[in-house]
Amino acid sequence: MDSSKPQRSLIWIKFKRNRAALFGSFLILIYLAVALLAPVLFPGNPSAPNLMKSLERPSLKHPLGTDELGRSILGRILYGSRISLLIAIGVVCVGLLVGVPLGLISGYYGGKIDFVIQRVTDTLLAFPGFLLALALVAVLGVGLKNTIVSVGISMVPIYIRLVRGCTLGVREQTYVEAARAMGTRNGIILIRHILPNVLTPITIQTSLGMGTAILFAAGLGFLGIGVQPPTPEWGAMLGSGRAYLFNAPHVATFPGIAIFLAVLGFNLSGDGLRDILDPRFK
Amino acid sequence: MDPIPLLQVKHLKKYFPVRKGIFSKRIGWVQAVEEISFHLHSGETLGLVGESGCGKTTVGRCILRLLEPDAGEIWFEGEDLLRMDAESLRKVRARLQIIFQDPYSSLNPRMTAGEIIAEPIRNHTRCSRKEIQDQVSFLMDKVGLHPEQAHRFPHEFSGGQRQRIGIARALALHPRLIICDEPVSALDVSIQAQVINLLVNLQEEMGLSYLFIAHDLSVVEHISDRVAVMYLGKIVELAKDTVLYSSPKHPYTEALLSAVPIPNPKMKKQRILLQGEIPSPINLPKGCRFYSRCSYRMDHCREVDPEFKDLGEGHWVACHLY
Repeated sequence: MDSSKPQRSLIWIKFKRNRAALFGSFLILIYLAVALLAPVLFPGNPSAPNLMKSLERPSLKHPLGTDELGRSILGRILYGSRISLLIAIGVVCVGLLVGVPLGLISGYYGGKIDFVIQRVTDTLLAFPGFLLALALVAVLGVGLKNTIVSVGISMVPIYIRLVRGCTLGVREQTYVEAARAMGTRNGIILIRHILPNVLTPITIQTSLGMGTAILFAAGLGFLGIGVQPPTPEWGAMLGSGRAYLFNAPHVATFPGIAIFLAVLGFNLSGDGLRDILDPRFK
Repeated sequence: MDPIPLLQVKHLKKYFPVRKGIFSKRIGWVQAVEEISFHLHSGETLGLVGESGCGKTTVGRCILRLLEPDAGEIWFEGEDLLRMDAESLRKVRARLQIIFQDPYSSLNPRMTAGEIIAEPIRNHTRCSRKEIQDQVSFLMDKVGLHPEQAHRFPHEFSGGQRQRIGIARALALHPRLIICDEPVSALDVSIQAQVINLLVNLQEEMGLSYLFIAHDLSVVEHISDRVAVMYLGKIVELAKDTVLYSSPKHPYTEALLSAVPIPNPKMKKQRILLQGEIPSPINLPKGCRFYSRCSYRMDHCREVDPEFKDLGEGHWVACHLY
């Protein structure tokens, strides 16, 4: 639980020893670099069709081939990383902004407010996460913004549960009682004493959550109810490639690999962070 | 001593429910504190001793309303704390502070020593950053810490130093009463003396009053003006410390005092070893709570709970022998 300079260097040493975490963060770094440098790596419009060159196999000009509209798959994957990164960050922000305060309040105050928040959380958790996102999209409609909101809301109960559980433990610490005895207001106790001491599990969940967010968004895209074409979105690319799975398998394969690597990166990093920061869960 | 006590506790009661089973059905009550009354004058130290589980910590927590008592009155500076709303209570807490037993769990590991000591000042005053910093340095100096250590985190300090941080935090608002909840029992004996001496010096300098909770009679003897002995949620004897230590009245106090080690191996001393078990605080027998372990017990004791009587000169005792 303690944080300080010598602890930080210890964390760094543990991190360097954890190969899976190292590989995961390497994947994330590549992913971030690609998202940032997409226009440099692929000059031109990734959504401009060229029907003369549809469904071409990988070549020097189009290293990953072209799709049914003759657009370079490499270009679309590079640009797609920006969309999925935007979704991942957006989803996690929705989850954090809604879930963390509700979890803190629920755990700290207890009583009726806790009961209400927990019953709502139970209801949301009763749905499989993806099904919940799917249902929300059905209500809200398709598009980038709605994908972020829907997948984000499906993550909220996970954050509420996590933060509430940790808050219940921290609330009983003597330093929280001490803060009350010093005349600290409840809101300040939550921000100054409880939040910093539940940050570790939140960090871990956020890393894992970004992987899940990419996967869910891709799933919605694949079903055609996520981000809409011609925006280059990995799930949608996978979905449109499905029709040509037998005569042009590369159309669906490469976006699939991109999703796989991005999700793998976040999951490995998240697991690694958990091992390093929270030895209790080993 | 002024006629109106700084703190007056009247008939304080705190029961904890005992729950069991999947529906948390209440199966009984633990009588942690049962009808406790005492007062504390300004500048005085009242020792509160008793074995673990006798409710002494609960009394301290109830006075600060960190726990809500079930019944009774707590008068502090002429106001009843139990009838206060949250905001006035918050303000009173500036003059009523606490030092905790465990110097490890009572300091937030994510805050520096300086931030911890500054917290009460930030809560109750509107000082500039510079003023707060000056006050923190002053307080750290006062409790024997180097002000340069203000940016360090609690785990970089030793147990004794951590307790000094806790003391500095309690002193920050110049309180009138500090509840010391076993402030030295988590520390080494050599450090205990240092911390106790610090508390005594601070009391003389700042005119503090202490409610000093402890299970160690020798520690309490050194610091207290009067001592109250608790047994299973009740005060069984209360007297000036010289009187209590030289002529204890209650059989329990007698037994406790005979257990205090004397630093002289040649001196033989008769120990009163208590026989029998402490009754469970969940199902207390009627009659005297000490009945099962008392060497002077009479039939009368099993039937009637003794009253808390004044034997004169502020010596109170709850026993049928007197």
